[in-house]
Amino acid sequence: MRVLLLHADRNFDGAAAPPPGAQDLVQDLGLDRLFQVMARGDEVVDRAARAALLGGLGSVEAIRYRQRALADAIEHPEMVHGLYRLAGETLGEERKLWSWFGRTPELDLHHGIDVMELLVRKLRSLRQTAAENVDRCGSPAFRNLFSVLLDELGDAYFAEILAHLRRLRFPDGVLVSAGLGDGNAATDFVLRRPLLDSRGWWERLRSRGDPRLRFEIHPRDDAGHQAIAEARARGINLVADALARSSQHVLGFFSQLRSELAFLVGCLNLREALEGRGCALTMPEPEPGALRGLSATGLYDAVLALAMPTAVVANDLAASGRSVVLITGANRGGKSTFLRSVGIAQLMMQAGMFVPAAAYSAGLASGVFTHFGRGEDETMAHGKLDEELDRMSEIVGRIRPGGMLLCNESFASTNEREAAEIGDQVFRALIDSEVRVLLVTHTYELARRLAGHEAGGVLSLRAERLADGTRTFRVREGAALPTSHGRDVFNEVFGAR
Amino acid sequence: VLTRTPGPGPAAVAEAAPFSILFPDPEAVPPASGRGWPTEVTDLNLDQVFDAIAESRREYALAPFLGAPLPDAASVAYRQAVFADLESGLAPPIEEFAARMRTLRSHLAAAAQRRHRYERASWFLGAGRVYCEALTALGDALDAAAPASEGLRRCRAYLTGLAGGSEFAGLRAETARLTRELGDLRYCVRWDGGRVSVSNYRDEPDYSAEVLATFEKFRVAEAQPHLVTFRHDFQNHVQEQIVDRLALLHPDLFRALLEYADRYAHLVDPLISRFDREVQLYLGYLSYVEPLRGAGLPFCHPEIDGASREVSARDTFDLALASKLVAEGRPVVLNDIQLGGPERIAVVSGPNQGGKTTFARTFGQLHHLAALGFPTPGTGARLPLADRVLTHFARPEQVEDLHSGLEAELLRVREMLAAASPRSVMVMNESFAGTTSDDQLFLGREVIGRLIDMDALAVYVTFIDELSRLGPSVVSMMSTVVAENPEQRTFKVVRQPADGRAHAMVLARAHRLSYEAITERVRP
Repeated sequence: MRVLLLHADRNFDGAAAPPPGAQDLVQDLGLDRLFQVMARGDEVVDRAARAALLGGLGSVEAIRYRQRALADAIEHPEMVHGLYRLAGETLGEERKLWSWFGRTPELDLHHGIDVMELLVRKLRSLRQTAAENVDRCGSPAFRNLFSVLLDELGDAYFAEILAHLRRLRFPDGVLVSAGLGDGNAATDFVLRRPLLDSRGWWERLRSRGDPRLRFEIHPRDDAGHQAIAEARARGINLVADALARSSQHVLGFFSQLRSELAFLVGCLNLREALEGRGCALTMPEPEPGALRGLSATGLYDAVLALAMPTAVVANDLAASGRSVVLITGANRGGKSTFLRSVGIAQLMMQAGMFVPAAAYSAGLASGVFTHFGRGEDETMAHGKLDEELDRMSEIVGRIRPGGMLLCNESFASTNEREAAEIGDQVFRALIDSEVRVLLVTHTYELARRLAGHEAGGVLSLRAERLADGTRTFRVREGAALPTSHGRDVFNEVFGAR
Repeated sequence: VLTRTPGPGPAAVAEAAPFSILFPDPEAVPPASGRGWPTEVTDLNLDQVFDAIAESRREYALAPFLGAPLPDAASVAYRQAVFADLESGLAPPIEEFAARMRTLRSHLAAAAQRRHRYERASWFLGAGRVYCEALTALGDALDAAAPASEGLRRCRAYLTGLAGGSEFAGLRAETARLTRELGDLRYCVRWDGGRVSVSNYRDEPDYSAEVLATFEKFRVAEAQPHLVTFRHDFQNHVQEQIVDRLALLHPDLFRALLEYADRYAHLVDPLISRFDREVQLYLGYLSYVEPLRGAGLPFCHPEIDGASREVSARDTFDLALASKLVAEGRPVVLNDIQLGGPERIAVVSGPNQGGKTTFARTFGQLHHLAALGFPTPGTGARLPLADRVLTHFARPEQVEDLHSGLEAELLRVREMLAAASPRSVMVMNESFAGTTSDDQLFLGREVIGRLIDMDALAVYVTFIDELSRLGPSVVSMMSTVVAENPEQRTFKVVRQPADGRAHAMVLARAHRLSYEAITERVRP
């Protein structure tokens, strides 16, 4: 019995540790804000959102499967919220039953019986929800989950569980089988269910057999009674363990259900927030082949949109067939924002989500990576070249052909000549290794060299700057110009002469 | 030692003779245990290595062997051959053998303490079972591997003789029968209040499994086991009473068990005990170097040439330091050592913290380890056989009073030179460092001059450059740094300093970010 709301063929790992390097991705793209809006203070949603966005899907089919589940969730939000609550309550109530009065097999057994009684009640509610919703959903994910619940959780099944719970009170003593180990110690304790005896009472009485095979512990033999308690405990140990593991399995199912629903809840929350601000969302078109497709209209930075009171600028992008996108142009002209909007949209698409654009279609990347010069970061002093190279080397260690690398002013911590030399070496090697590179740089020398190496595969974009110096924050096709526009910013800050 | 059935011929009988796995001469008397390590062992930091080996195998008392270099090349070759066999797959079965022998000893100790007759007998049976397994498995492993070394071939022949004897065959058959029949015994106990009843097991179903099966459909991953662990076996006077009832149900079996205990109270062969102890020297060293090999560090069997004075070792390193570095996940720097032709003395100078002392220790360790017959750090080595490695390391605590400190140092140097034979190897590390450089130059000339006269092999670590130019028998070596970044030490000690390259590309290369490195690293 599996949940399978987010993957067709495996469980979603909602507590997955972020992949190595994810911290950079989160920081560079500002994803914490996105997670915050998705989670609304719910840690489970936060973890699920992180797991889904940072560990993207690997195939077009997998994305489509999840897109359809999300469409059902958007259509029936009250169903998703209700199931999410049921799973959460079950896990919460189970935790309350736990006591810390030490551990013995007998205590474990009683605890196990209590937990199982709770779970039986919750499973009945779950079955009820499934019955009510199975015909309302269109996605294979929800339809399969509900029909499995209806098939597996029948009345006979509930009766079987209750029979166990009665038998586990052991009205006739505990029957244990064992073998002999080193020094004749008893080993291999196994709790046995006594065979049903079909003989008459006289045979049964006679078959109690040789009285020499029975003995009784003297009431004042404390050590003897301790030994008996221990033997009983060793027998019960196994069934208490079996019951605890069984509870874990059932709880695991609820926990899996909660974490898969948590992601959908997060998507609903984000959708509500963005649509509330009048921002467009669309289900993207994933394409096979990492380096082929990359095109968008009305693409905007979702994180920026969540932070700004006013509408944010949207851009179009037509980079299909290009393995390098070079973005140059005026300082503070929207280059970084544009770069982020691509990265965020790509991650959201690969998580099976809607994306912040009017239309978006792209090939599946084998991984999305960011290398942002930390010099731009206000909280940190200018990063050292050594640290930048370190980060780049880590990326190189993890990125595979078909990966997407977003670079923002990489190697800006050294002089232009050196930055061009290192950058040329690094990016040329990555491009030749079939990595798609989107690169914001004000190093003209580097832009010129890369444009020269990769004629045809390069899309050159420039942040727009009108004749009067005004920035539109739009990014349009255009080759790098030898100068940047720092003077404008200077004038803006210090006042023009 | 034991009676054998008549062998196939006189040769076979002669082979199954007493033997030692450590010494070609079976009558060799193992070195007596001294108190603490000799100075050279501590100066070379080999005490860290040897303590680790001795401590991890305390019950075998290995320390005396570790401080005692072998007297001749034949003895070294005898051990090297055993090492070679162990390295090509025989170490694991011998570790298993040793583990069984330890279990055997604990079973015998338990038998000695117990009073319930069936329990005592059961411990003897356990000891006998483990002994049979130990000898059989070791014999099988040796037969399968067909060891090339004289030492292990002697061991194999001895085992073959032992196993062919009727006494062992009887022990094995009776042990197997009793073990099987007792192991197959299954019984049921019903615990109901203070009442206990014993019966034969009649295929009553496993109830825990039935409970698990009911909930199996929810299983996503393996659940955490939730068992309470019982720290001791279930063995008490109630269990004794249960066993007494089992003896009523199976009288023949339990009578046979008591007879077994009487017959096999003393079963371990003394030469097997000796092998069990001595072979630990090999296993101890091999398991010490195991993590280093795992980290990619090379070890080799040095060619020992008693007549030659040539010293040559490739990619060698300080064993004690490497263990620390590997444990911390840090890289180890490999060095080459080469003294050929007239060269006898390596004078090591160069920047501080550049690996000079490490190099000196490496040199000394190499000779000591080789003289124990051990594999040495490196991809290859040719060494003479040192009768002893002598060391003189600066003792910082003695530098307070300059005069008496220097006097004490010189006394130690004199002592060292007196103890040295032409076959000794000497390691001098920053001797006289507490004196003026004029003094160091003067004293260094004097001491190195004597070393030259003795035609001794030596390493001399110093700050004084001039000491590296004292004639054809002296070789100058330098610790090195990166040319662009004099602060960065390489710990490489070479005959010539390395030269540098452009800073940025050096950096990029250092981060494995050259074009070639990246295209190599980014693969599907």
